[in-house]
Amino acid sequence: MAELNNSDIKIVTKDVNLFYGDNHALKDVTLDILSNKITAFIGPSGCGKSTYLKTLNRMNDIVPNVKISGKVLLDGEDIYENGVNVTYLRKKIGMVFQKPNPFPMSIYDNVAYGPRVHGIKSKARLDEIVENSLKGAAIWEETKDRLKQNALGLSGGQQQRLCIARAIAVEPEVILMDEPTSALDPISTLKIEELMSQLKEKYTVAIVTHNMQQAARISDYTAFFLVGEMIEYGETQQIFSRPKNKKTEEYITGRFG
Amino acid sequence: MAIIKASAEAIAANSSSETEKLASVKKHKPKNTIIGVGNGLTEKIMHIVFLICSSVAIIALLLITIYMISSGAPIISKVGLKDFIFGDKWAPTKEIFGISPMILTSVFGTIAAILIGVPIGLMTSVFLAEIAPKSVVKVVQPAVELLAGIPSVIYGLLGAMIIKPLSYKIEMLVFKDNPEHIYTGGANMFSAVIVLAIMILPTIINISRTAIIAVPEEYREASYGLGATHIQTIFKVILPAAKSGIATAVVLGVGRAIGEAMAIILVAGNMANMPEAFNSVKFLTTGVVQEFAYSSGVHREALFGIGLVLFVFIMIINIVLNLILKGKAKAK
Ligand SMILES: Nc1ncnc2c1ncn2[C@@H]1O[C@H](COP(=O)(O)OP(=O)(O)OP(=O)(O)O)[C@@H](O)[C@H]1O
Ligand SMILES: [Mg+2]
Repeated sequence: MAELNNSDIKIVTKDVNLFYGDNHALKDVTLDILSNKITAFIGPSGCGKSTYLKTLNRMNDIVPNVKISGKVLLDGEDIYENGVNVTYLRKKIGMVFQKPNPFPMSIYDNVAYGPRVHGIKSKARLDEIVENSLKGAAIWEETKDRLKQNALGLSGGQQQRLCIARAIAVEPEVILMDEPTSALDPISTLKIEELMSQLKEKYTVAIVTHNMQQAARISDYTAFFLVGEMIEYGETQQIFSRPKNKKTEEYITGRFG
Repeated sequence: MAIIKASAEAIAANSSSETEKLASVKKHKPKNTIIGVGNGLTEKIMHIVFLICSSVAIIALLLITIYMISSGAPIISKVGLKDFIFGDKWAPTKEIFGISPMILTSVFGTIAAILIGVPIGLMTSVFLAEIAPKSVVKVVQPAVELLAGIPSVIYGLLGAMIIKPLSYKIEMLVFKDNPEHIYTGGANMFSAVIVLAIMILPTIINISRTAIIAVPEEYREASYGLGATHIQTIFKVILPAAKSGIATAVVLGVGRAIGEAMAIILVAGNMANMPEAFNSVKFLTTGVVQEFAYSSGVHREALFGIGLVLFVFIMIINIVLNLILKGKAKAK
């Protein structure tokens, strides 16, 4: 992790604390997410992985009674500063959720939703974005003949790839994925894992997963969380082969055997 | 059940050996059949109960249909269907029975009330479901629910007290340079439409709000996650996702508006004129209510004719709207 250029760091989080009411869900979390890498977040249920992910694009703003302190910097800019345009922030940092959640509208309208919201009206431009995004999410071949059909008619795996297409349609710089494959079958999971490896060429990817093998397979860096604390963070290879912290080791080995 | 019966039989069996034999036969042989018969019987009885209950509704509908047709048809055959429905003069004393002014009043009155009531009701429901702070919802929501249960004649009274004078003022403003206008004193189409619109508000609000609340949280998250604002999320995701519930609200609103009499009889002016905003008008419903008591002979028959027309109307509306809704559900 040493000798990094500043330009390699996409997101800095420093001493981030988050409370849901009295529930201290994140405790002094400090870590850097690197550009064009896949960073995986692992840890037992309820330890704050989703919460951490949501602090990065301020999705926690929607939850009542949330208190956040510390710093989150995107390309050096504090995203919690007054006057930050949350809409613009979320355009830059897209999100894919655990449960595939396409809107109950056509495949086309799903992908075009983001660009439209951000003011793109030209039909030709939208057509182009929709095609490119669906291609980027490796679902163009399956959907190109049924763009006008309702997205809810797709299979779970296709829906999730559609959601990825929808996320990249607004040309984000970072994509956050919260257990994107936990509701999917192995084949769809494999497709999405392949997709992620392609995505990191253009985007910075942060993924929460309960699947150790998945984290080991696809990520470059891994962070281990436990009851709100970031216990260990490092290159994925190192974390899985020579964890420095005893708890990390216990968690990883416990899962494997 | 079976166990209790068996033990009761066992106790009875102690009294004599003969019954003991019988009991033991009963105990063994029919054991399974007893359970089987018992369940089968309750099943059958319940089936019959359900059948009777549902038949009551169907029989009632059948009887109403037969009765309405048999009592409404004579006048229509006397006057002629065309003259009855398209005739534009309603003069019972001269035995002229044309009800097109009433039909048009009912149709346009309902449409206008829906056009006013639905947008306002929808906005209110969005406000209650999405925007208003909890403390406000806690007060407003029960109030709206209560409003839905208030008898319609009370809306009529309020309309007569508040809307009618207001409407009269507007009328005087609009027609101040027109000496030919026959003043209604505020008892006119305009007032009736406003009262109807207000009256259907609670229905629209309650049902749309339920539909909006039922929209899955995931859609909202997805929309926010793409950088949409709250308002964009409401109009582009939540309302479209709630559209079938909102359509139901509109259907019920239409039903309530077209069948209403008590709320509007006090403000409509009750003259069979063509429906213009500042004409005194008569709805299909108010016509029957107002004239029934003093009518007799052909006049009364004509009122039954109006009832039949209204009945057919509501049937058609229900069927058409149902088809539209079903079509929508399928398209989904
Ligand atoms: N919207 C919320 N309101 C209140 N508390 C919440 C909310 N979301 C999460 N929490 C709490 O914050 C803590 C961390 O939850 P979080 O969802 O981040 O865990 P997680 O690591 O993602 O778990 P999982 O692996 O099960 O998804 C938990 O104690 C949870 O109950
Ligand atoms: Mg989670």
